[in-house]
Amino acid sequence: MPGPPKRLDVRKTYKLFVGGAFPRSESGRSYPVLSKSGDLIAYAAKASRKDLRDAVVAARGAFGGWSGATAYNRGQVLYRVAEMMEGRAAQFAAEVASAEGLRPAKADAVVSATIDRWVWYAGWSDKVAQVAGGANAVAGPYFNFSVPEPTGVVVMLAPADSSLLGLVSVLAPVIVTGNTAVVIASESRPLPSVVLAEVLATSDVPAGVVNVLTGSIAELGPVAAGHMDVNAIDLTGAPAADRVALERAAAGNLKRVVTDRDGERWSDPPGTRRLLATLEIKTVWHPVGI
Amino acid sequence: MVGSGKKQAGVGLARSADRAGLTDSAGLAWEYAPAPESRDIVTIAPEYGLFIRDEFRPAIAGGTFATINPATGEKLAAVAEAGPKDVDLAVAAARAAYEHVWGPMPGSERAKYLFRIARVLQERAREFAVLETLDNGKPIRESRDVDVPLAAAHFFYYAGWADKLEHAGFGPAPQPLGVAGQVIPWNFPLLMAAWKLAPALAAGNTCVLKPAETTPLTALLLAEVCQQAGLPAGVVSVLTGAGETGAALVRHPDVDKIAFTGSTEVGKQIASAAAGTGKKLTLELGGKAANIVFDDAPVEQAIEGIVNGIFFNQGHVCCAGSRLLVQESVADAVVDRLKRRLATLRLGDPMDKNTDIGAINSAQQLDKITELTAAGESEGAERWSPPCRLPDRGFWFPPTVFTGVSQSHRIAREEIFGPVLSVLTFRTPEEAVAKANNTPYGLSAGIWTDKGSRILWLAQRMRAGVVWANTYNRFDPASPFGGYQESGYGREGGRHGLAAYLDV
Repeated sequence: MPGPPKRLDVRKTYKLFVGGAFPRSESGRSYPVLSKSGDLIAYAAKASRKDLRDAVVAARGAFGGWSGATAYNRGQVLYRVAEMMEGRAAQFAAEVASAEGLRPAKADAVVSATIDRWVWYAGWSDKVAQVAGGANAVAGPYFNFSVPEPTGVVVMLAPADSSLLGLVSVLAPVIVTGNTAVVIASESRPLPSVVLAEVLATSDVPAGVVNVLTGSIAELGPVAAGHMDVNAIDLTGAPAADRVALERAAAGNLKRVVTDRDGERWSDPPGTRRLLATLEIKTVWHPVGI
Repeated sequence: MVGSGKKQAGVGLARSADRAGLTDSAGLAWEYAPAPESRDIVTIAPEYGLFIRDEFRPAIAGGTFATINPATGEKLAAVAEAGPKDVDLAVAAARAAYEHVWGPMPGSERAKYLFRIARVLQERAREFAVLETLDNGKPIRESRDVDVPLAAAHFFYYAGWADKLEHAGFGPAPQPLGVAGQVIPWNFPLLMAAWKLAPALAAGNTCVLKPAETTPLTALLLAEVCQQAGLPAGVVSVLTGAGETGAALVRHPDVDKIAFTGSTEVGKQIASAAAGTGKKLTLELGGKAANIVFDDAPVEQAIEGIVNGIFFNQGHVCCAGSRLLVQESVADAVVDRLKRRLATLRLGDPMDKNTDIGAINSAQQLDKITELTAAGESEGAERWSPPCRLPDRGFWFPPTVFTGVSQSHRIAREEIFGPVLSVLTFRTPEEAVAKANNTPYGLSAGIWTDKGSRILWLAQRMRAGVVWANTYNRFDPASPFGGYQESGYGREGGRHGLAAYLDV
């Protein structure tokens, strides 16, 4: 029978990420996160409806500053996130491997793809306006141009399966354009999202721009979909059986609803669909004259 | 043919006499001779059928409803009321046309059909203008100079996209969605039909159009134009009817795309009904736009902009500048000048070419305006209208200005959709932004100031899809239009308007 280890490791407490801080759920609840083989990995905080509302408040509070920052600045900040992720690649790989039951080489590949995806989206910050906007040739003496603007606070039900690459693939396109986000992480594989939150907290991303909740999709999803101060909701991680009800709730304040596409694979090049889905086009007119 | 030109001229004369007491700022009385547009150019049939598969036919259940001239109350025609079976028929025709004719057709061929439609619209422009004014109640000056030319321009604009979709920024081969169910409002009946049909057809979809219950006639004339253009059967169907017809259309399982322009309330119902169906949805809904006037604004232009912002089309405009935010230091002067200007507006016979303010579109809408303005008074705002005698018949509401309005008043929060302006004040640009954005809507905004940097600063901060600076209520097919927040989603016009009808 082996004796105690020479040095006992310090285990990590996985918490929520709200307004730049790492609170436990105000409800005091947690839930066990199991590996693919059914072993306990850790406990995750089980966010309450109140935690979700607090996260929306934090995201709303951060929206003015983040959307008002220059695109160059947002790009710099997000590139910095990729740098931090690179430094924590081994930790991410270990989390992804245990969350998704991947072999180490596969987990490494997922982490590399995730960081590359983040870099790809970071570069969009100061380019999307030229791709999605422009000058309009109206029939009259007016200068007329259209610009894309962030829609506001976006809640995303993160992909259930792909705990890191999928998560970043839905999060990065939302915040790079100036939206602020509340992520409801994969319920069964939440732990990589907490590590991502720790990266965000140390990467110059202003507090509240990204908020990460772990917990029950069935509990939090309807509250998010019905929340009147949320501008858009991404239902990619919603269980198929809940989608109709969630979309119906989202109609209450005409949230923009983003869904995954049939056959959408996180390893494929993403294209601009998700980037454009949480943008509003604003068109400005002014007379031309002397 | 219903009615006669003489009868209309008579109304105009009587009304002109009513105005004999009107004076300008110098105290001079202005007398206008009546200048009625002739309605002889339009032949209105006693009855209209549904337009399905290139023919006009009665509704299967045989139902009809009357459409009236809101300026007189006279019945213009009986119009077929489409039921679920008619919707089935039209959607099936649209599906067949999509699968076999319109979908496979090269974009360059589709383009030529749209060019043809645009040309016929231009050739029959006066006819459309007169019919629109008779059915809707809007001044002939507006239907003639705005609605009809813009409708033709939309077909022209999107015709040119039909064979260039691969260059529109949506990938190398963007695909149409299929059958589009399109439900449009009564405030710009023909123009809204053009906004819906032109991009949908250019992108390769087929359409089932449901015009508003109170204004079906120009959509039916547009169906005739489609026939004249040789548009293949089933590519466009027009189903007249009320809300139930629209509901049957948007709920139809074989409709791939829903486009709706109308109230936010109905928009939410449609979004809810479409939940989980995978139907692509675009919504252009209500608004409560702020029109912000700074102390350095060119005041004469601003006054014209305020008037155009809220009294254009009797205020039946989703993007109307219904909340005037005026800087406190100039508020009294601006309101005084505005009142003087409003006293010169001519309300009356929409067919008179000098008329500025036409009829309210329906009794129902008049009731809504009446109810909300009564609430404005009871909540403590001060109501003012210029001396203005309303015609005895039809539906009318005088241009109305409320001062002393606070943000919590219903007239500052709810869309009135009538010729009613609520005046609020502000001191600093930051306060103007906060008040302008204090609404669940977000369709449009106006800014009046001589300072360029301030225009751009404000334009950035307006949570609205269209910002008019030192102008208001300008529209163009190349200019994307649509709202933030509860004013809906998706854009109409421009390259962005194509995205609504492509699988992107």
